[in-house]
Amino acid sequence: MKLMLRSAAALGLVAIIGTSLLTGVHFVTAGRIVEQEKRVILQQLGQLVPDRYDNQLLDDRFTFTNERYFPNGQPVTAWRARQGAQPAALILKFNATRGYNGDITLLAGINASGSLRGVRVISHKETPGLGDAIELEKSDWILGFTGRSLKNPSSEKWAVRREGGEFDQFTGATITPKAVIDAVRMALEYFETNREFLFNAPADDGGNLKS
Amino acid sequence: MTYRKILTDGLWQQNTGLVVLLGLCPLLAVSGTVVNAIGLGLATTLTLVCSNLAVSLARRALRPEIRIPAYVIIIATVVTVIQLLMQAWFHDLYRVLGIFIPLIVTNCAIIGRAEAFASRNAPLPSAIDGLATGLGFLLTLVALGALREVVGRGTLLSQAQLMFGDWGRSLEITLIPDHPGFLLAILPPGAFIGLGLLIAGRNWVEARRNRVRGAATAHRAPA
Repeated sequence: MKLMLRSAAALGLVAIIGTSLLTGVHFVTAGRIVEQEKRVILQQLGQLVPDRYDNQLLDDRFTFTNERYFPNGQPVTAWRARQGAQPAALILKFNATRGYNGDITLLAGINASGSLRGVRVISHKETPGLGDAIELEKSDWILGFTGRSLKNPSSEKWAVRREGGEFDQFTGATITPKAVIDAVRMALEYFETNREFLFNAPADDGGNLKS
Repeated sequence: MTYRKILTDGLWQQNTGLVVLLGLCPLLAVSGTVVNAIGLGLATTLTLVCSNLAVSLARRALRPEIRIPAYVIIIATVVTVIQLLMQAWFHDLYRVLGIFIPLIVTNCAIIGRAEAFASRNAPLPSAIDGLATGLGFLLTLVALGALREVVGRGTLLSQAQLMFGDWGRSLEITLIPDHPGFLLAILPPGAFIGLGLLIAGRNWVEARRNRVRGAATAHRAPA
């Protein structure tokens, strides 16, 4: 009995020491981790952000879902850039769900006029060497979206060349670029019909950047 | 047990990845490039040193019936601390290795060393054992990572900036220019084949050394 109690006390002590150590480290690192995450998001948004805006872009964001345009119940995040009270541009984070292997997470910067500032791939699990040419580090294919809009090219030309569209495919990988092209087009269509909502919806609580 | 023996055991005789074959899940999953391999290897080594040290210090208080849960708490604490520190100071590398860091907890080599060594040895030898085992694992990871990266991409140390900051970019070595990419090496099968080759290579070296040693003592009467 006494032995049992001593064992329990020893185990409890280990747990208490472990927990307090973790609490301490969390306390020391928490601020820095939030800062690092902000830095990463800014870096990703960086090239898509307009040159001139005067609001707190990182805090002016909200999350929504829309099954028709952004399938599989995915949360879509929107960051709003404003100049004065006027909407300047919007950055959407969403997934292309019809890739070759799982979701392709994309960022699309859209000007208030509806043209694309650009598109970037944040993460994907496409085949290395074939589908990964969607990454800017691997090829500049993704830059082909810059300046495009629903009128440029017209809707039926939003496809790979093999299917009569205006976008290049990759040798050996058609599914990946198709998935990205379709997802970006859907995002633009959503933007066109929901502009007011996207710019006027109230921002989520700031501070939590873990989305 | 001498320190020399501890070191040769960890690095070669009882190498975690090549002989004991523990911790294969992270070994196979994260050996796609040299930089990932170094990152996970260092994190694992640090975990091993800290957990061995902690287990050894607490070994008299931990009765046999509670030792396993106590090890689990110690290892999980160490790994979480390392994860938080990486997240704060090596954020880019953390984003690459992210999901594999918590998985260090499940690397059976760590609880294995706690049970087999740290629980019955003094703190200093235990820490050295952790270091030796970790370095052995690190070297295996790097060897496999280098093999897969060279065959699969024709480069070495690509994306080193994730670990070393911007000057890491200059570390990248292109061994085979315009390499078209050899998918098999980069994808999971390449990890299994590569590890198989490394194990075979180690066994071959070991067999040769034994033959040389055998030949040297052959003139004596057979035992």
